[in-house]
Amino acid sequence: MTARPEAVNGAPAIELRGISKAFGPVQANKNIDLIVPRGTIHGIIGENGAGKSTLMSILYGFYRPDAGEILIGGGPITIHDSQTAIRAGIGMVFQHFKLVQNFTVLENVILGAEDGRLLRPSLARARGELKRLASEYELQVDPDAMIEDLSVGHQQRVEILKALYRQADILILDEPTGVLTPAEADHLFRILRGLRDEGKTIILITHKLREIMEITDNVSVMRRGEMVASVKTSETSPSQLAELMVGRKVLLRVEKAPATPGAPVLEVRGLRMVDAAGVERLRGIDLDIRAGEVLGIAGVAGNGQSQLLEILGGYPEKGARLEGEIRLKGAALPLTGSDARARREAGVGHVPEDRQVEGLIMDFSAWENVAFGYHDAPEFQNGWLMNQAAIRADASAKIERFDVRPPNPELAAKNFSGGNQQKIVVAREVERNPDLLLIGQPTRGVDIGAIEFIHKRIIALRDAGKAVLLVSVELDEILALSDRIAVMFDGRIMGERLPDQATTADLGCLMAGVEPGTPPEQAIPPAMGPAGVA
Amino acid sequence: MERMPKWADVILTPLISLVLAFAISALVILAIGESPTEALKVMVEGALGSSYGWGFTLYYATNFIFTGLAVTVAYHAGLFNIGGEGQAAMGGLGVALVLLAVPWPHWALALPAAMVGAAVFGALWALIPAWLQAKRGSHIVITTIMFNFIAAALLNYVLVNLLRPVGSMDPASARFPEAAHLPKLTDMALAFGMQWGKNTPANVTFFVAVIACLLVWLLIWRSRLGYEIRAFGKSERGAVYAGISPVRITVIAMLISGALAGLMAINNVMGEAERLVLNAVEGAGFIGIAVALMGRNHPFGVLLAALLFGFLYQGGGELALWTSVPRELIVVIQALVILFTGALDNMVRMPLERIFMALRKGRA
Repeated sequence: MTARPEAVNGAPAIELRGISKAFGPVQANKNIDLIVPRGTIHGIIGENGAGKSTLMSILYGFYRPDAGEILIGGGPITIHDSQTAIRAGIGMVFQHFKLVQNFTVLENVILGAEDGRLLRPSLARARGELKRLASEYELQVDPDAMIEDLSVGHQQRVEILKALYRQADILILDEPTGVLTPAEADHLFRILRGLRDEGKTIILITHKLREIMEITDNVSVMRRGEMVASVKTSETSPSQLAELMVGRKVLLRVEKAPATPGAPVLEVRGLRMVDAAGVERLRGIDLDIRAGEVLGIAGVAGNGQSQLLEILGGYPEKGARLEGEIRLKGAALPLTGSDARARREAGVGHVPEDRQVEGLIMDFSAWENVAFGYHDAPEFQNGWLMNQAAIRADASAKIERFDVRPPNPELAAKNFSGGNQQKIVVAREVERNPDLLLIGQPTRGVDIGAIEFIHKRIIALRDAGKAVLLVSVELDEILALSDRIAVMFDGRIMGERLPDQATTADLGCLMAGVEPGTPPEQAIPPAMGPAGVA
Repeated sequence: MERMPKWADVILTPLISLVLAFAISALVILAIGESPTEALKVMVEGALGSSYGWGFTLYYATNFIFTGLAVTVAYHAGLFNIGGEGQAAMGGLGVALVLLAVPWPHWALALPAAMVGAAVFGALWALIPAWLQAKRGSHIVITTIMFNFIAAALLNYVLVNLLRPVGSMDPASARFPEAAHLPKLTDMALAFGMQWGKNTPANVTFFVAVIACLLVWLLIWRSRLGYEIRAFGKSERGAVYAGISPVRITVIAMLISGALAGLMAINNVMGEAERLVLNAVEGAGFIGIAVALMGRNHPFGVLLAALLFGFLYQGGGELALWTSVPRELIVVIQALVILFTGALDNMVRMPLERIFMALRKGRA
């Protein structure tokens, strides 16, 4: 049993000395030094695969480092497992919450930290503790609500409460704002500041430079397994951080000329969709996209964007009922049945939101994935069999043009980084030159260098006179790429804005389902957020 | 990055598993007071030591190739077809009906017709579970295993009440016409002037089975249908995104799987028994699962694994015949092989991967 190390006065909350960790030939962490002073918010940024998650997993006891030393509060400690980490006062809030959906908040909080065999005393103690924490840190959650009924923002609060209930002094948050509205993110930041002012230490892992600048006191940048810089946030700038992350100068905004929209490509009228469970997911969507323009759809995940993309991509959810009208280049599209193949033949390309589940077969090689969805194209056939030589040649060409790394078409998709996986999907869909490109979360989990590249290709497609429907939960991305912005909330289009006239606050209101003018705080329903239903 | 070289993955791992299984079998044989070396000698000599032994080993292996391929095709579609037993039994019915309906003048004509009968009956027996899975979401493991029982009961009824010749007390069909008897491998060897495997059941179906391996390989890794089957098997949502219909692939993959299981009847019903008897499949449908597992769901792996299980079957029979090792122990040995190569695969694989990683790191 490792006791909580004695705090040495003035010692940093966390100190890492020379931490190294290799997975086979991959050196995930190389000789990492990190000092996080007590009572500060410390940001850690880096591209995907830079080693942030590995480092945090070492700190939380999921991995043992090959070399190096961990000091908590000045005392050296060996973290064998997450139990040791918790006892040492480390709490972790994962990107994907670890909550039992059909338990109440209270039950989730005490899960694994029960006082004895009987639940009642633990529940009572937790109830009191939760009340105290709620008033102290703005962490209000109804202790008796079921997790499945809570919005994502509230679920996250439960995760934080869980950590605090276990007496965490050090809180690690992994990409905490990915699923939040701007207002919810603001609230989270207020909570974090409150915790810091109480003397807690917070580590924030994120790839959003804006958040780093807004909330952290210090920031450390990781690149390719190494800690390349640790600086005071007040003494750095977003462009400097981006440069440190990528190792070269990066354009944070895509250069683009004004759009020159042509004939309408996609017209959607009164589109309604009721899923198999009887829940109305789309409540009358009207959309127009013309040739040569990008329509961005902003909104918190789970407000019907996925359903819209699936319907337009030709494969509505099984058992769903659809109403309304969809016209592609003037021709009405069928609303019944599932036939993504016919939709591709009609000229619709689709980069799906989840490339690992839909866009790629992770166990297939890159070249097999380049044919995915187009595997019945005539040029890929050779009599009764597939023309593997033709597919391989096509894949090699696309891999070269899109700078997929490593440029090895035989490698399985799962062995590429997130950004390179996405490049494979984008290459496959964009190079077919579709009249309409549906693209969902184009840069989720994609590193900055690849983001820049993918954004340029989207704009290039637009400039070639094609229509693009962009769905993203990243407001920055929507603002950077769109010629028009529509905001979705609860299966409706709340409003349309032009990017140069839209403000984050204004869009944030729409995303929360309120017409601008109402203060955003009141906009969030206390428990039943839209995403909580999903 | 692959964790270890391909040869270690496909050859070394099963080999080590096999050695472990044999080692524990040896302990069991020791425990009942017999000599493991003696037992191994009897098995090897009985199964591989003579052309007579080979004649049986190849016959059993032929059965296992078909049922192993059946499991393999379904596996690639993410479906676990454990109904090979029933599908092979129904394939036998198809063979019997085709061969009894027409006075076949020559086996070369009868064989393709009987193959169609076997494949169609086997496929149709897999169709209902497939349909239930695709349309109603009934789990295919449950339905296929239930269909094994239904097939057994149905065959019982058909043999006793419909196919049994008048006056016969035996629940079996009439003998197939003389001209429809398949050439045994021993006859084929004789044609080349060789004495090989006299009085053994191995027959021309073995070559059909080898060709089936090749065709299944082409199907899975070279054809568009195989591409769609594999994609669906890896990710149903991905398949839907790519315009591949889950219903279509589930049904087609199971039809092919059932047809392959049914084709086994060419070997045991047409080639060996030359009439349809009760329980003709003798568990080969279930052995097919082990064969596919051990063959890592690759047709050539299936071929090798089927030969191994053919050896275990024949060698086990010899062991029971010539030593006082009880026949049940053979089942124990087979079960150990299945346990180690199938269920405990990772027990060998993971330490092996670690060794290879360490080696690579040492070199780097």
